[in-house]
Amino acid sequence: MEIKVANVAKEFGETAALRDVSLTVRPGELLALLGPSGSGKTTLLRVIAGLEAPERGLVFFGGQDATGLPVQKRQVGFVFQHYALFKHLNVADNIAYGLRVRERARRPSKDEIARRVSELLELVQLSGYERRFPAQLSGGQRQRVALARALAVEPRVLLLDEPFGALDAKVRKDLRHWLRDIHERTGQTTIFVTHDQDEALELADRVAILSNGRLEQIGTPDEVQDRPQSPFVLSFLGDAARFEARVAGDKVLIGGKPVPVDAHGHGDGEVALYSRPWQLRLVSPVGAHARGVVAGIRRVGGSRRIEIHGAGKDKVEVETSLSIEPALGEEVGLEILGGYIFPVG
Amino acid sequence: MLDAVARNTQKGIRWRSVVTESALVRRLAIAIAIAFLTLFLVLPLAVVFVQAFSKGLGAYLAAFQEPDAQAAIKLTLLVAAISVPLNLVFGLAAAWSIAKFDFKGKSLLMTLIDLPFSVSPVVSGLIYVLLFGAQGLFGPWLMEHGIKIAFALPGIVLATIFVTFPFVARELIPLMQEQGTSEEEAALTLGASGWRTFLTVTLPNIRWGLLYGVLLCNARAMGEFGAVSVISGHIRGLTNTMPLHVEILYNEYNFVAAFAVASLLACLALVTLAAKSFLEWRAGDTLSGRPGH
Repeated sequence: MEIKVANVAKEFGETAALRDVSLTVRPGELLALLGPSGSGKTTLLRVIAGLEAPERGLVFFGGQDATGLPVQKRQVGFVFQHYALFKHLNVADNIAYGLRVRERARRPSKDEIARRVSELLELVQLSGYERRFPAQLSGGQRQRVALARALAVEPRVLLLDEPFGALDAKVRKDLRHWLRDIHERTGQTTIFVTHDQDEALELADRVAILSNGRLEQIGTPDEVQDRPQSPFVLSFLGDAARFEARVAGDKVLIGGKPVPVDAHGHGDGEVALYSRPWQLRLVSPVGAHARGVVAGIRRVGGSRRIEIHGAGKDKVEVETSLSIEPALGEEVGLEILGGYIFPVG
Repeated sequence: MLDAVARNTQKGIRWRSVVTESALVRRLAIAIAIAFLTLFLVLPLAVVFVQAFSKGLGAYLAAFQEPDAQAAIKLTLLVAAISVPLNLVFGLAAAWSIAKFDFKGKSLLMTLIDLPFSVSPVVSGLIYVLLFGAQGLFGPWLMEHGIKIAFALPGIVLATIFVTFPFVARELIPLMQEQGTSEEEAALTLGASGWRTFLTVTLPNIRWGLLYGVLLCNARAMGEFGAVSVISGHIRGLTNTMPLHVEILYNEYNFVAAFAVASLLACLALVTLAAKSFLEWRAGDTLSGRPGH
C-alpha cells in the first residue's frame, strides 16, 4: 500500500523532532529511514504508525487520509527496537495476539488462528518454538517472533524501529539478508529505521536521509551515493575530504589547476569540493592539486587507507592499493579524480 | 610462592577470599542480628501468644465470644473490605498516570502520594475530625442533612484510606516505570483497545507487585491504630476496631482477652509475611525472566 506523508511537523516541548517532512513510500517498497540519533527518524515512523500525533501535516494510507485514525485502526505492523514481546505469553500466543483481539465478526476461528501461527513460525524459521516464552529465546529469535507477530495482522505497512540495533554483528548480518528475503517473498510495503548507513544502503530499495528533523534526500542507494544533494548526506554516507575550490566558467579549479568535476549549475566563485577516499590518488608533490604529509596508514580489507594532514580542510583519507606504502611524515601530492561541489556554507 | 603457601598452611593460616570478613567478624555480626531480632521481634510475638493462652484455651476462645469483640472483628473486616479495594483502584490509577505519562505537576503528585507516610497517623485522624466533626468545617451542614462521618464508619474508612493510600501506588510506580510503555504500544498497534491492553498486557505484567501492594495495604488497614483512634470515638460495639478493642481491654486489665484479640492481629501479620515471601519468590521468578538488554 502506498504511504504518503505530507508536510509533517512534530515538536516535543521546545525541540522540533520533525520539520515539514514529506515523502511517499511506494507499494511493495522497502524504504530505509536513515539518520543520526536525534534526526527524527523514529518519530517519523511513530507518526506513520499513529503512536504519535503530528502537530501539522497529513498522513495518507493508500490515498486515504489516515492522520486522525487511531493506532488500532491503522492496521500497521510495528516491530519495536527491543521487540516488546509480551513476556507472560508464549511465542504462539504472542503471534496470535493481534488476531485474538479482533472483534468477533472479523476474528478468525481457533483453527484458522492456529494455522496462521504455524505458517508464520515457518516463515520466520521458528517452527517448534510455539511453547517457549520470550525469556527463553535469543535476541535474534525474539526479533523474528516480533516480526511474525507484526505480520500476523496482515498489516498495510510494516514498520521496523532499528530492527537490528540490539543484536551482535554476526546475527545482524544474517538477519539483514533474511529480512530482505522475507520482503521479497511477502511483497510487504516496509519502512525501517536505522542509523547504520551500510544497513540502509545494502537492504533498502530507497533510502530517506534525515537530519535535524528535516528530510535531506530520498533516493535509491545509487542515487544518494552518486548524487548527494547536501554535504550532510555526503559525509553521513561515508568518509569524504573537503577542499576549497573555485568555479570559473564550466571548470572547477583547485590551486589554479582544473579538477575533473562538473561545475554545471554553479556560478563563478568559491565552492567546497568533497572527495571520497577512492576519488583521490597519491602523486608526486610537484604539480599536484594538493599537498600534505602522511600522518597515518591503515589496512582496510584489500586496500590501504592513507591519512594525510595539511592537504584539505580537515584530515584527508586516500584509498590506495596495497602495493603503495609511503613512509610516515613523507610529503605527498594528491590528484583529485572526482568529487562533489557545494556552495560554501 | 608455592613454598610460602605450604608454609602458611603448615602454620595453620587458612586462606580466605579477600572479599569476605574473618570468621570471627562474620559470627559476631550474625549473633548481634539474631539477638536483636529475638529481643525485639520474636520475644514480643511469643509473649502475645503466651499471654493469650495463659488461662487456657477456654479463656482464649471466650474472648471471642464476647459481642464487643465480635463487633470489633466485624468492623475491622468491613473497613478493610471497603478501603483496600478503593486503594487498589486509586493506587493503580495513580501509578499508571505517573509511570506512563508525562504531565505538569507529576512530582507534586508523587509527593502527595507519600504524604500519609510522613504525617503522623494521629494527625491524619485529626484532619477528619476537624473537617467532619460537630465543630468541624462541614460539621453543621452534615448535621443538618443527618449524615454522620466522624465517630462513625465513614470516618473510620476515610482515615484508613488516607493512611493506607501509598502502599499500592508505591509498589507499582517503580515497577511500571521500569517496564516502560512499549508492550502496551505493541498491543495497540496490533489492534487492541486501551481497556483490552490494560487487561491483557499491563495487568499481567504487574500482577505480583499489585498483589504485594494490596497485601501490605490490607495489613495496615486492619492494624491501623492512631488515625482510627482519633476519629472513631471508641464507642464499644459500634466504632471500635480490633486494635482499639485491644487497647480498651488492656486498660481494663483484661489481659487474656486483650492478648487473645492481639494474637489474631499477630496471625494476620504472620500470614502477610508468609504471603509476601511467596510473592517475592514468584515475582523474582518472572522478573528474572525479563529479556536482557
